[in-house]
Amino acid sequence: MFDFVKTVLIALPKGFYTTFKHLFKKPVTLQYPKEKMPMAPRYRGLHYLEKYEDGSERCVCCGLCASACPADAIYMEPAENEKGERYSEVYEINLLRCIYCGFCEEACPEEAIFLGHEYEFSNDSRDAFIYTKGQMLANRPTKEKPFKKIIRKVRRIF
Amino acid sequence: MSTVTFLIVSAVKVTVIVTVVLMGVAWATWLERKLLGRFQHRIGPNMAGPYGLLQPIADAIKLIFKEDIVPDKAEKITYALAPIISFIPALLSFAVVPVSDTLTIFGQKIDMVISDLNIGILFVFAVTSLGVYGMVLAGWSSGSKYSLLGGIRSSAQMISYEVSYGLSIIGVILLANTLSMVELVEQQDSFFNWFIFRQPLGFVLFVICAVAETNRSPFDLPEAESELVAGYLTEYSSMRYSLFFMAEYANMIAVSSVATTIFLGGWQGPILPPFLWFVIKVFFFMCFYIWIRATLPRLRYDMLMNFGWKVLFPLALANVMVTAFLQRL
Repeated sequence: MFDFVKTVLIALPKGFYTTFKHLFKKPVTLQYPKEKMPMAPRYRGLHYLEKYEDGSERCVCCGLCASACPADAIYMEPAENEKGERYSEVYEINLLRCIYCGFCEEACPEEAIFLGHEYEFSNDSRDAFIYTKGQMLANRPTKEKPFKKIIRKVRRIF
Repeated sequence: MSTVTFLIVSAVKVTVIVTVVLMGVAWATWLERKLLGRFQHRIGPNMAGPYGLLQPIADAIKLIFKEDIVPDKAEKITYALAPIISFIPALLSFAVVPVSDTLTIFGQKIDMVISDLNIGILFVFAVTSLGVYGMVLAGWSSGSKYSLLGGIRSSAQMISYEVSYGLSIIGVILLANTLSMVELVEQQDSFFNWFIFRQPLGFVLFVICAVAETNRSPFDLPEAESELVAGYLTEYSSMRYSLFFMAEYANMIAVSSVATTIFLGGWQGPILPPFLWFVIKVFFFMCFYIWIRATLPRLRYDMLMNFGWKVLFPLALANVMVTAFLQRL
């Protein structure tokens, strides 16, 4: 009986007071398509291929990224250009296989491939997820990524 | 007043009240979603119109266009009737609720109540408890075990709480010496004459039982989502489903208006027009309902029964006895 009275007189008002306090707090809702979460600088999203300042591709098709890839998502075919430089004629990433671990950007000796901040790339056919070289080059962000230094450091450690 | 004017005035009153109540039902759902959202640090509906105010319209359109599914095992006629049976009583109880003071239009004195029954309170209680038939029939006629369990629960809960519900206002009736809602409001002419101050325990009991009567959280066992899918309305879809929800919200508004009339002084209040006072009080009562839902978890079934019979019922009886004793002195 005493417990019951205690519940009614203390616990109930306490509970009501708690919810009442929360009524006036700011909602934590993020209006997603309109507002987005600030992104961590090292976020690993959709890949892109980097170029040199003169516009030529950095990728030499060495295959280190493909061999580092734990999901076996990268496929590439090498070729030679008129100057005798190796480049990748075909460079495809299967985005459905890719686990976005970032091993490819760590493995790359030419600093050609990076994982960017793009994450809204849903699609309705499986074929659309074969991510080709042209798309990857076009996806290059205009701003220089601040985390390239970090990647260099990581590469020195291992 | 001649018969013709009486008929016209009554028809207008009925139309206005039903329309206002239905609008109230629609935006009560909006209010609930919005407030519950804020209680949980969310925003609630905000896409349809400013502050999501057009959300009820969007919901209504969606529900009307949904497919109306009748299960094979259902008792077809009862299945179709049940939502109506639960919805109509919810509207009926507004017939005796005085929403404002007597108005004088074109030299006619018009009571702002559809019908000033001399047994108004009895009528309200008789009619609101009819609503349970809708739930029981819906549960039984759906031909599904979850529905049946929900229906049985609602009937058991109604029977248990109906007793204390009725007893909780006996105290007020003893003090007021009338069963008419209009006279009840007239007796609460000043703030401290409100029956909430003269019958505080009665008010608390009334609120608890009212929440149980309208099947609202924490007494929402008939539609306990976590155990019974959706209880008695599991098998319902489309407009029939929404009729049950309209019944629930209409019941909430009805109970709020009855509580306002009996305990909170009805339309009485200073400065503002009487009708506005009535609406404000009902609104606060509705908000309180939602506050309860945001705060308290659902009771277990045996706890519900224990609470109803071992706590509420003795308290209600004691309240009646003490009131009667004091009234006699």
